[in-house]
Amino acid sequence: MNRPDSKTGNAIHQASFIAGDALNIPTLAVLSADGSVIEGAQMPEIDETLARRIYDTMVYTRVLDERMVASQRQGRISFYMTCKGEEASIVGSAAALSENDMIMAQYREHAALRYRGFSTENFMNQMFSNGKDLGKGRQMPIHYGCNALNYMTISSPLATQIPQASGFAYGQKMQGVDALTICYFGEGAASEGDFHAGLNMAAVLKAPTIFYCRNNGYAISTGTEDQYAGDGIAPRGVGYGIETIRVDGNDLLAVLLATQTAREFALKHNKPVLIEAMSYRLGAHSTSDDPSGYRSKEEEALWEKIDGVLRFKTWFINQGWWTEEDDNALYEKYRTEILSELKIAEKVAPPTLDELVTDVYSDVPKHLSEQLTDLKAHIAKYPDVYPSGAKGESH
Amino acid sequence: MAQMNLLHAINNALDLAMKDNERVLCFGEDVGHFGGVFRSTSGLQDKYGKERCFNTPLTEQGIIGFANGLAAQGAVPIAEIQFADYIFPAFDQIVNETAKFRYRSGNEFNVGSLVIRTPYGGGIAGGLYHSQSPEAYFTGTPGIKVVVPRNPYQAKGLLTACINDDNPVVFFEPKRLYRASVGEVPEESYEIELGKAEVVSEGSDVTLLGWGAQMEIIEQAAEMAKEQGISCEIIDLRTLLPWDVDTVAQSVTKTGRLIISHEAPITGGFSGEISATISDVCFLHLESPIARVCGLDTPYPLMQEKEYIADKYKIFEAIKASVNY
Repeated sequence: MNRPDSKTGNAIHQASFIAGDALNIPTLAVLSADGSVIEGAQMPEIDETLARRIYDTMVYTRVLDERMVASQRQGRISFYMTCKGEEASIVGSAAALSENDMIMAQYREHAALRYRGFSTENFMNQMFSNGKDLGKGRQMPIHYGCNALNYMTISSPLATQIPQASGFAYGQKMQGVDALTICYFGEGAASEGDFHAGLNMAAVLKAPTIFYCRNNGYAISTGTEDQYAGDGIAPRGVGYGIETIRVDGNDLLAVLLATQTAREFALKHNKPVLIEAMSYRLGAHSTSDDPSGYRSKEEEALWEKIDGVLRFKTWFINQGWWTEEDDNALYEKYRTEILSELKIAEKVAPPTLDELVTDVYSDVPKHLSEQLTDLKAHIAKYPDVYPSGAKGESH
Repeated sequence: MAQMNLLHAINNALDLAMKDNERVLCFGEDVGHFGGVFRSTSGLQDKYGKERCFNTPLTEQGIIGFANGLAAQGAVPIAEIQFADYIFPAFDQIVNETAKFRYRSGNEFNVGSLVIRTPYGGGIAGGLYHSQSPEAYFTGTPGIKVVVPRNPYQAKGLLTACINDDNPVVFFEPKRLYRASVGEVPEESYEIELGKAEVVSEGSDVTLLGWGAQMEIIEQAAEMAKEQGISCEIIDLRTLLPWDVDTVAQSVTKTGRLIISHEAPITGGFSGEISATISDVCFLHLESPIARVCGLDTPYPLMQEKEYIADKYKIFEAIKASVNY
């Protein structure tokens, strides 16, 4: 701490404030609203193979969301959350990573999991909480997790993954692996204490973490004007001494460029980076939410016009790598695949009753096996009351 | 064997763990070069470097969140919360994250390597915010273990077991005894099994049960009772979650009487849980009601600390009342 007083070289002698919005942080843009590349814009590293995988993932996610919202309305699953409107933001960032990088998401980032290769069967098993769910049917739909794909299991409490990402990245650095951690969260979650704790920890302790803020305009019904004063989340990164960039989240090429650059920087310097992706949650918060109570159709329509999937599709076609026919065929392929896997998954048996007490600890302790024995004896007396012997039956 | 106080024993356990496994990290507020405000991490940064033993910013939720991430990554984090009174900003990370990490992921991920060390308890004129015993907030949380040692030998063996255990543990250290409690401690590494209570001394008339710093007070009360011809069996619970029902039940079956004493307020204290279970398991063997000698249901006082605490005289009175019931 050497200071009496190193800051005095920069002294002022009139009381004048630095304005709260003085940083005036710019937004990185590569694709224009019509899908053409802005003249002079730096291009990310992208070839046809990567472009195909990116577009495939975005279409898959859109079809999955559409199909699962319908399933929820039909009462087949209890709950769902869509990625709609933010596909370019999520897939563009995920595509900049190595498969070894850990992804710690909030809950609306299943497009990143799909990008890593999560199968339709796996998605369905999770949403139907059946016996084949990797999470053993313990969490509500969309709380995915997969060790093999380096995708940390989703936790409902907001922002808890932020300081965890700092720690995970510190562990990666200490182990000397060529990998970092990306942490997704919304602008609402950035109001939680864990956001501030996590960014400060990563900055001070030099953890190679990409903090990826999805500023999608809403935390359930709360718009950004009720969430923060000042110029969004990006200036907070600067406040913590973190390299920061703001990007148009509906511009896939810009997101890809920002994240590729961030990854390179973070690993080279063992430092965190903050990316604020400006986008819009085109769907409801969840299937339990109705946005018509807090925002207008006109507002939604404005954002639909600059939808990231559409903009990338135009660019993709203009490259000569894609056609409308390809497009229709892809949508059709995934509609069929998802429906058929859905029908299989909803018939898979629920987890066994024994799974109620496993994984609380590494081994089932005595008191828990006693509680399970008592429970089984009770269930045997009322078999009709507990028909599945575990979590709710499949519909 | 070497003479160590409780701080030395903890420092020694950490030292051996760091020496044995380069993935072990110790961190928290003032933990680095300074060695912690109580000096329990003294010398570790010099020995193992700044990247393995380090200061963190002043943020308990950040420390435990960071520790959760490290543990999930495969490191062995030993995180210090400077006083148990200040653990509450990290409560969400512990209760909703640490404790549920394995269960919610179907064992895809876990934070089993994590140990949270924190000094707890009164008797140091610390008032409201340097004296609390918050163990019962954690015993209601499946997924973590809760451990409290009573002396240097126990501290080293239990802490080593916590570090090696494949489950996250909150390890409460009786700070009043940090320097006051001195004893023989093996210099090599050893473990004391978690989940096992210890019968510290055998007796026939009444069972006295406690943990941590309260064990010393219980033993003093038992001495007073002995002079009156009352034979006390003394048990140190050591692990509060999951706790050793069998050892306690066996003792109460023999003596027919149970007195539980802890520093924390009586209402909602862990003694209530023990009472309920033992009255269930030992109902027909009980000769008197299970008694609890605990802190009052007030915030921890400063000037009335002596009146507030569950001291040996209060325990002695409870012993007499139980035996004469």
